[in-house]
Amino acid sequence: MTITGFLSQLLQVAIALALAPLLVGWVNCCRAWLANKRAPSLLLPYRMIRKLFAKDAVVAQNASPIFRLTPYVVFGAMTCAAAIVPSLATDLPFARAADAIALVGMFALARVFMALAAMDIGTAFGSLGARRDMFIGFLAEPALLMVLFTASLLSGSTSLPQIVDTLAHREIGIYPSLAFAGVAFTMVSLAENARIPVDNPATHLELTMIHEAMILEYSARHLALLEWAAALKLFNYSCIGLALFVPFGIVVSGTGWQLLLSAAPLLIVKLAIGGAALALIETLSAKMRIFRAPEFLGTAFMLAVLAMLVNLLLGA
Amino acid sequence: MILSALGLTAATLASAVPARRASASSGQLLAACRVAWEQGGQLVALWLSDERDRDRGYCLRVLLRDGEGLTLLEHTMPDGDVQYPDLAAIFPAAGRMQRAAFDLVGIPSEGDDQRPWLWMASWPIDQFPLRRDFEAQAKWQPGEETYAFVKVEGEGVHEIPVGPVHAGTIEPGQFRFQVVGEKVLRLEVRLGWSHKGIEKRFESMTIAEGGRLAGRVSGDSTVAYACAYAQAAEAIAGTTVPSRALWLRALLLERERIANHLGDLGALGNDAGFAFGLAQFSRLREDTLRTNLAAFGHRLLMDVVVPGGVRHDLADEDAERIGIECATLEREMRILRDIYDDHDGMQDRFRNCGRVPPDIAVKLGLTGLAGRASGQARDLRCDFPVTPYDTLGVRLATSTAGDVAARVAVRFDEAAESLRLVRAILDALPDGDVHAPVAQVPEFRQGLGYVEGWRGPVLVALTSGPDNSIRRCHPHDPSWQNWPVVEHAIIDNIVPDFPLINKSFNLSYSGHDL
Repeated sequence: MTITGFLSQLLQVAIALALAPLLVGWVNCCRAWLANKRAPSLLLPYRMIRKLFAKDAVVAQNASPIFRLTPYVVFGAMTCAAAIVPSLATDLPFARAADAIALVGMFALARVFMALAAMDIGTAFGSLGARRDMFIGFLAEPALLMVLFTASLLSGSTSLPQIVDTLAHREIGIYPSLAFAGVAFTMVSLAENARIPVDNPATHLELTMIHEAMILEYSARHLALLEWAAALKLFNYSCIGLALFVPFGIVVSGTGWQLLLSAAPLLIVKLAIGGAALALIETLSAKMRIFRAPEFLGTAFMLAVLAMLVNLLLGA
Repeated sequence: MILSALGLTAATLASAVPARRASASSGQLLAACRVAWEQGGQLVALWLSDERDRDRGYCLRVLLRDGEGLTLLEHTMPDGDVQYPDLAAIFPAAGRMQRAAFDLVGIPSEGDDQRPWLWMASWPIDQFPLRRDFEAQAKWQPGEETYAFVKVEGEGVHEIPVGPVHAGTIEPGQFRFQVVGEKVLRLEVRLGWSHKGIEKRFESMTIAEGGRLAGRVSGDSTVAYACAYAQAAEAIAGTTVPSRALWLRALLLERERIANHLGDLGALGNDAGFAFGLAQFSRLREDTLRTNLAAFGHRLLMDVVVPGGVRHDLADEDAERIGIECATLEREMRILRDIYDDHDGMQDRFRNCGRVPPDIAVKLGLTGLAGRASGQARDLRCDFPVTPYDTLGVRLATSTAGDVAARVAVRFDEAAESLRLVRAILDALPDGDVHAPVAQVPEFRQGLGYVEGWRGPVLVALTSGPDNSIRRCHPHDPSWQNWPVVEHAIIDNIVPDFPLINKSFNLSYSGHDL
């Protein structure tokens, strides 16, 4: 382990934890601007988390330890994922412990705990949300794996830093397989992060909720951690997307740690553009009926498979 | 309906729309309702009054509507221990009205469903607020009550209770869904959480004071209620309202309709996940409300309509401002309508969602805006036009699709028509006074006010007491007819579509619970 590696690992997790709420705030700002509204403060998510940490937690009497444990598990899983995804550099000591498949497993772990906790209290909405989230999850995960496999085929490895190393060193051009995979990944990200058109993060209508319905019973620090974890998840997905499809500017192994300082601003710029694009997609679409989700995610899966076939058959 | 064929003698009833009254025995009441149903009539309202102080026991009043006008059937029950015939078999909407009437006056129908409807243990179960000997000032500790919701049994069926406290800032109502997976097998709504005792409060007011309370029965329909109340009061007082006041009332009614339709169209977009629609329509609605404030002194136009006329005359520069606003609204609404119509995602949510086919609408007595979206082409402004609608010629907006998309389309059409009417009213607004004094009203006179509000026809039935006081005032919201239809519209739809379906009806809780 080099000093640079250690530094970039530390810096990367710190930046993920610090910037994730800002990304959510930025998306909300863009959404407000696109609807001709005055935007809320960019720092609103931070204030929300601080407010929630200052409150006393209320936990249902019949809650089992799973319910109390879940916010920490979910937050931990998302932090680990942030350590694996090469957002700033590829020289990540921690990433050797887990590859792309393990990353998907990390997200699945968080999902399973969320669903268990949601059903733990026994309210109708928790079970409703858990059921819907598992439904979305089992459709989204295969598509996500396919996208990652396509990238793995290109680099001959499932290790994320190696994939990014390979992709970053290719000539700039249009690769059909990556284009298909990129569209598929965008669709999966929308579903996994509970964004429109699959879920509506801003809704107050209990009956239509998916992600929000699962965390309805949480309060105070538990809720703060879950909100933060949700922001981290969005941040992680954005970074996976950026690492796979626009890897330029990520510091590859062996280069000096000073370059890290230039990688961070570049990441922020890329995230700002990505966040604005997300807000645009959300503004233009309506939320689909839940039973349209299989069609939506089935399309994503198809595109991901197509990407892999293009790669295998055409080698592009 | 020919009443003499049923052995009933009709007398005219004081009202702005054609209306008559007749005393009926229980047999005649049933027969008349059956004939009315067969001839395509509808039940408007049903209410009980305590008339023991006049040695008449209790009086059941059933108001029917057909192509000729309104018919008020009065069934007197001198003995307190009687029941009256169950009308729910003929008019399903009567069921809840009968249950509510029992909660308030204590005379049961012969119906099978004897569960309370408005009673929520906030007063003792053996006390009835609308009896004349009820002590309105008394206070009780709220009690416990259990309500027997109907359960669906079977493999995989479970229940989702929602409300009465909701995640959003909306009125209280409890919804019990019986579902399999996401599919709704049955919905049962329970209302009454916002019961405030409005009818009892009326009885301690004079006729002049009552207008303010009538305007607060349901805040989004304040003009409609104030107009209906004013019509009823003017009918029994024999007031001739200056024509400028009548024209201004129509202007206010149409502006209320426009503001509500704008709000609903935005909210419907938002419930389909299209927040852009909400932002745009909210902006348009807000502009409308600000113009209201400038022109009439109140954003929602509360207390502008009073018995005898209207309280504010319209200044010329305000009339001009309203005219200019109409042009802007027309232009912007056309653009937004194109966006809504061309948006595949939203149309996918709206179409075939919460369908009420016309035959079901007839059976259940669906009324008002939702009725017009299900092929029930009735609108008081067309059917029984009062000044100035008789000269304006309102174009009816209807659809037979009966789904959310149809209710959205009818709202767009009606809002556009209202904008046209507002301009026509401004062009032809007569000069003169806007208020005439309301004369002393003799005791025991009964009058009706019946006005097409934005949601549907709003009724106020007013009976005078001594010294210009109110003896009994029964306001009736079209939501009474339409709530049971919402329960029907959701069947076989999926749970997450309910908010959209519910919003497409947008029924009143306050106006229903009273």
